[in-house]
Amino acid sequence: MSTTNDIVLDRKPEAPAAAAPGFDWVRLVPLATVIAILTLWWFASTRGWVSRVFLPSPLAVLNSAYQVTVSGFADSTLLQHLLASLGRVFGALAASIVVAVPIGAIIASSRIGRGIFDPVVEFLRPLPPLAYLPLIIIWFGIGEASKVLVIALAMAPPIIIATAAGVRSVSRDRLNAARSLGATRLQLLRFVVLPSALPSIVTGIRIALGAGWSTLVAAELVAASRGLGFMIQSAATFLGTDVVILGIAVIGIVAILFELLMRALEKRFVPWSTHL
Amino acid sequence: MYKLHIDKVTFAYGSPPSAPVLADIDLSIGSDEFVAVVGRSGSGKTSLLSLAAGFLKPTAGRVHIDGRTVEGPSAERAVVFQDDALFPWLTARQNVGFALKLRGVPKPERDRRVNELLAHVDLAASGDKAIWELSGGMRQRVGIARALAADPEFLLMDEPLGALDALTRERMQEFLLHLWQDSGAGVLLITHGIEEALFLATRVVVLAPDPGRVVADIAVDFGRRFLRGDTSRAIKSDPAFVATRERLRDLIELQDFEV
Repeated sequence: MSTTNDIVLDRKPEAPAAAAPGFDWVRLVPLATVIAILTLWWFASTRGWVSRVFLPSPLAVLNSAYQVTVSGFADSTLLQHLLASLGRVFGALAASIVVAVPIGAIIASSRIGRGIFDPVVEFLRPLPPLAYLPLIIIWFGIGEASKVLVIALAMAPPIIIATAAGVRSVSRDRLNAARSLGATRLQLLRFVVLPSALPSIVTGIRIALGAGWSTLVAAELVAASRGLGFMIQSAATFLGTDVVILGIAVIGIVAILFELLMRALEKRFVPWSTHL
Repeated sequence: MYKLHIDKVTFAYGSPPSAPVLADIDLSIGSDEFVAVVGRSGSGKTSLLSLAAGFLKPTAGRVHIDGRTVEGPSAERAVVFQDDALFPWLTARQNVGFALKLRGVPKPERDRRVNELLAHVDLAASGDKAIWELSGGMRQRVGIARALAADPEFLLMDEPLGALDALTRERMQEFLLHLWQDSGAGVLLITHGIEEALFLATRVVVLAPDPGRVVADIAVDFGRRFLRGDTSRAIKSDPAFVATRERLRDLIELQDFEV
């Protein structure tokens, strides 16, 4: 019935490619690219190719990283800005998982459910969060709730879509196997559907985390007093380009760490995902 | 002693029904029998098993156990699937214990029963392995142990040995015979191996396609001879075995108008 499963389960491990003799120099290309960009940046800022107001040197940014970490910027240290942002993103993530996973499951398992939720999700999904941010502020004010809500709205569609895809792809044979072993509807959901869909849900969360993180700056532009987006925004009004670049760098590094974290979680919690 | 009846069952997909896949099937399986169903692809073998399992509902007729209509899948009719359909998020041991867990059997009791079953299918040492660490033959044995844990009256097997290599397949056939003898469950085996059907079953049922219907229902006793001590090679080269095999092959190929 599920021929795709056959292919995956029965695939023989591929013969290892002939080991390249010596060192694989191509692996150094990404590192070389980064070094080239930093060097270019260095020359552009120190040789006066670009005004320091527009492009402070890497050293100046490092220095401001130290300053912001120790004595803070706009009444908060770098760590406090970072934690404020992380708190919002993970708060929004928790909220959107709680809402999005059941909606995704309903979309996948009921035609009526799909009829209700699909238009909403498909309308929301391509909308840039900045477009509906003002409306959220009109409705919910400029407090923490609005910021978390905007991030959560950006995160929900990928989780809903991934959950629906995961639930839809549950193997019919496995469902039948569980039913012929005596599973009730609730037990099917808990012991077969959920674990089958989990790898897909985790992938959805991974995409959502990326979407949420990039919405963060937009959300924090509005009347926040702490957070990486706020830090960038308020530094920009004083032409504090070094802090702006620092903020961008921190946001980028955190995004990479998210990705690594999600991969580790995937390995730890859904090791069967490649064997479904 | 129970009897699973497939009682004048016609089955067609869709509503309104399209051309029937199975027409007027009348077949009963006693809980002491081993019934093998053979037939060309498209003769509705798997649909027949799905009807017995309760995955499909008959378009006409009914499936019942001594008068009690089969309304859907149930642990009294456990199924073994061709591509094992094990749960990859569970270990071999947890797969075997699945039915017991569903019933809320307490863990110590469950562990005891699972260990017994694992030993029975010769996997005592592999219980804690992940499913993808097991070979095809081991996976099928986990699937069979998982079905047996439900303590079924009938074991419905859909090409359980289809994906295995020839040698493993022969060993698994002998294993299935012992298992049938020990379990006390009636077996419905779907297979495209004529020799396999003949070696294992107490009755071989031949289906013909378009629409699927029973064209022969032959009682045989080669499996019982194996259980009495004959070797499988001796049985399979016995003139009586060869003659019956050829007869079955003729029966199946008679339906073969395409080639």
